[in-house]
Parts: sequence; structure tokens; C-alpha cells
Amino acid sequence: MIIIEDIHYSYASNIEALKGVSLTIKDGDFIAIMGQNGAGKTTFIKHFNGLLKPSSGTVRVNGVETTKTSVAALAKNVGFVFQNPDNQLFSETVEDEIAFALKNFGFDKETIEKRVTWALDFLSLTQYRKTSPFLLSGGERKRVALASVLAWDPETLVLDEPTIGQDHEQKEKLRQFITQLQTKNKTVVMVTHDVEFVAECNPRVILMRGGKIVADGIAKDILTNSKLLEESSIVLPQITQIFTKLSPLGLPTDIIDINEAELTILSKVKERQTQ
Amino acid sequence: MTIIKISDLVYTYPGGSKPSIDGVSLKIEKGEFVLITGPSGCGKTSLCRTFNGLVPHFYQGELKGQVIVAGQDITSKQTSDMAKHVGLVFQNPENQLFALSVEKDVAFGLENLGMSREEMRKRVDWALNLTGIYDLRERSPHEVSGGQQQRVAIASVLAMQPEIIVLDEPTSFLDPLSAERIFEVIYKLNQEQNITVVLVEHRLDLTAKYTNHLVVMNKGKICLEGNPRDILYSEETSRIGVGIPKATLLYKKLKTAGFEVNKQTPLSSDELADQLMETLSK
Repeated sequence: MIIIEDIHYSYASNIEALKGVSLTIKDGDFIAIMGQNGAGKTTFIKHFNGLLKPSSGTVRVNGVETTKTSVAALAKNVGFVFQNPDNQLFSETVEDEIAFALKNFGFDKETIEKRVTWALDFLSLTQYRKTSPFLLSGGERKRVALASVLAWDPETLVLDEPTIGQDHEQKEKLRQFITQLQTKNKTVVMVTHDVEFVAECNPRVILMRGGKIVADGIAKDILTNSKLLEESSIVLPQITQIFTKLSPLGLPTDIIDINEAELTILSKVKERQTQ
Repeated sequence: MTIIKISDLVYTYPGGSKPSIDGVSLKIEKGEFVLITGPSGCGKTSLCRTFNGLVPHFYQGELKGQVIVAGQDITSKQTSDMAKHVGLVFQNPENQLFALSVEKDVAFGLENLGMSREEMRKRVDWALNLTGIYDLRERSPHEVSGGQQQRVAIASVLAMQPEIIVLDEPTSFLDPLSAERIFEVIYKLNQEQNITVVLVEHRLDLTAKYTNHLVVMNKGKICLEGNPRDILYSEETSRIGVGIPKATLLYKKLKTAGFEVNKQTPLSSDELADQLMETLSK
């Protein structure tokens, strides 16, 4: 459980990036944080594992204030995958990269081997086990960074733009994996611009603007509110765009899911046929 | 006029155990807007790197076959010579930026062309405005956000007004509205100034509508090529794991359920909405 109370944060250049943000993240929550470039999203999530400490206000992870503990101590609970994998990767092989944190946390050799093999397989990286991460494509490096965090199985997973550079299949895998984590009561927080991915995952959505939270609600409510989204430089999901244009036909406009879209249109077609 | 001609290209990175590009032939005509997609690691980026000779000159490795760009064989020309013809925007903008200010980064290529100060000023301001970063011109490119860096990288290439612009997932860090604006700018340049555009993208929801020449790659090969409406409708494309635009997918689902909205497969939500409006309001 992460409890954030009225935090402010300023960078050295005196730009206030967070202007009073409060949020309670319960165990098992799945949250997408959205908002335009510069809204403070990344600054905000860096407070979850103590990478940044608030200028004022408090962040408590499982009851412990982040100012009173170390990033290393928090890391085991809160796993962080950065936007740019190159800031995270440094080992000579993909395998070493994934094993690194596990070694640091003191897992035994057998467990490390098991976890590494599992993570490689899960993220379709087995064929690159002995390859240098720097020879891989951008999308693949991103997966290595994700694998290295997944391997130590943190309670809370924080993902900064996890879908950048990922193809359709990898995104679908990521979505399934998050669903799987949900069943284990793990907490997942992701920062993303990927409206389509959010529409497919259906998480709780938090919208940030100018260093503040401006909306907090279920995906279906937030992603179909065109005014709110436009103010945050986000476009409606494709499906919602279609239904917004169809509103003169008397169809609902709050649809984000493709299966619901199909059924709604088919029932409209049927209704016309019976008239 | 063919502006890019690739024949039987096979390329292996140094130390690579198998070719990243494995027998690719492709012809791109001047003024086309070509969209290249495919699963990650399929060779899209490597292919783009051949267009200005980064592969093989910078990355080394072994190249077989031929790549002719703007009449030049890339193996016999330096990357700096190719830069006059081809502008490349990479996936990761940080690799591309180096100057002390955004403005200087955008001006760098022009300085190298030996352009007059006045003309350079005009071009730089034009590119900064087009990409919406005029206000950032005096900032360091390393201080601005990932999304803003991407715009700087795009502005640097646009300022050069090359014959061919190659963009490798150029807006991945941008918020959706900014991404859409950038794509509109690029599309407009393509339409109005006949600049050839090669765009690498996974997100076909945003981009399929701009192209009439879609290339789908898988495992180093081109497996489908041609009209995006036919390709995105085909089962094969889904099987490879290409992200079909939601509008195309919905159209397909409706057709499978027995309701054909229109003869033409839609590529964007606007297209499908218009088709549905027409059919359902009759």
C-alpha cells in the first residue's frame, strides 16, 4: 500500500513539477497515469520507490516514509521499469542483466537460475540469453529491462511507458501478464500515452495536468470524456471516436471496448430491420 | 521515378549469428508515403539504416545485394553525402542530439550544407514552428522531455528539406495529440512538396490512413506489400502479429457477423464512422 499525501516537488531549476498531489494506492490496484508531456507523471512515480523525495508532503510505502529509508530497501517492494531502457541496462549479457538484482537481493543460485529462465521465456528473450543487450532492438531492450524487474517479483510494479516500441503481440502479452498479476493481488502502476492499450486493459485512470491530478476514475468514464482528454492532449480511443461521430443515430458514446462496439452496432442494425 | 531501389539485400551485423535483413527487394517511387511495420526485431530499423548508408558504413557487418537511393549506390557513397538526400529520424532521440541548444541542433545540418545565414534562420524557424518547439529554441536538448527531444530530432531533419524523410517510430514518446499533429505535418509535406516519406510504425491506428504502400516485414523478410486496405483485412496480417487498426478490426468483425458496412475496408475511425453513418441513417 502506498499513501501519498499532498506532495510538492521542485527540480533544482526551480520549476515546480508537482503541486500538491495526494493518492492512495491499495494492494492489487491497477492504475494508468495519463497526461500530456510535462504533466509531472514521471516525477510523480519516481516518488513511489524513493528515487525522488518530496519537497513537502509524505509518501509512505507499507507504512514507511520514503524519506526515512533507502531506495535499495524500497526496491524489493517497488520494482521500477524506466521509459528509456538504456538508462537501466549495463550488463554484458541479457542473462547477467536479469540475474543482477536477484544476486543483490541474495537469492540462492538455484532460485536465480529458475527465475532468470522464467523471465527470459516469458518475454520471448530466451534466444538472446547470451547476447549483449546493446545488440538488441529498442523494443527488445525494453523487454530486457522489464524482465530484470519481473524476475524478483516485487509487490508493486511501476512501468513508465511500457508499450513504447512494442509490437501488437508483445502488448497483448503484457496485458495478459498484468491481468495475471492482478489475480495474485499485485499492484501495477503504469504511465502511458497509449490510449488504445489503456482502453484494452481497463484500469483505474488517473489524469495529471500541470503537476496535479485532475481526474481519477474508471477507464470507461475518463477515456470517453472528450473535453477532459483534449485538455490533456490525449485523443479519444478509436472505438470511442467512432461512436462520438455516430451520436446523431442515438447510439451511446461511452464505449471503449471493441466487442461492446460490435454488439451495439449489430443490435442497431437488427432494430432497423424489424422496423 | 524510383527513388529507392533495394535488390536482394542480405545484411548481418558484426557478430550476428543470422542476417537481420534476409533477402529484401523493395522499390519506392518518388513522392510515396510508405509505411513499414512488423513485429519488433523483424529488421525494420536495420532496413532504414541502409537508406543513408549507416548500414554498412557505421555499423559495419556484411552486406550483400544492392541499395540505390536517389541514384546513388550507398556502398560507394559516404553517409555524409547521403545526408543531402535522406533525412533520418531515429527511435531514440537522445542518440541524435548533441548541440548546446535546440536551435543549434536544428541548424547543424544546414551549416554543413554551407547555407547563407539568412536562409538558415528562415529554415530553422520554419522547422521549429512546424514541430511546435519554437519556445524551446534556447534550451539545451538534453534538458527537455523525451517527447520534446523527438520533436527536435524531427525539426532537424525537416529543416534540411531532404528528398526523402525516413522516420523510425518518431513519435513514440509524444502524447497522442502531439503525435497526431506531427504525422499531419509530415503528411502535408509529402502531399504538398512531394517529399518521399518512409515511416516505421507499430501503431497503425494512427498512421494507416496516410499510406497507399504498406510493407509488412517478419524475420528479416518482406512478407506482405501493397494496398493497406487489402493487407490489413487479410488473415495473414493478423497471424504475423501486426496491430490492425481498431476501425479495420471492427469492420471485419461486423462483416463476419453478417453486416457489411461498405465494400471498402476502412483504415481509420473517421472512415468507418462515415460509412456507418451513411448505411445506418438511410
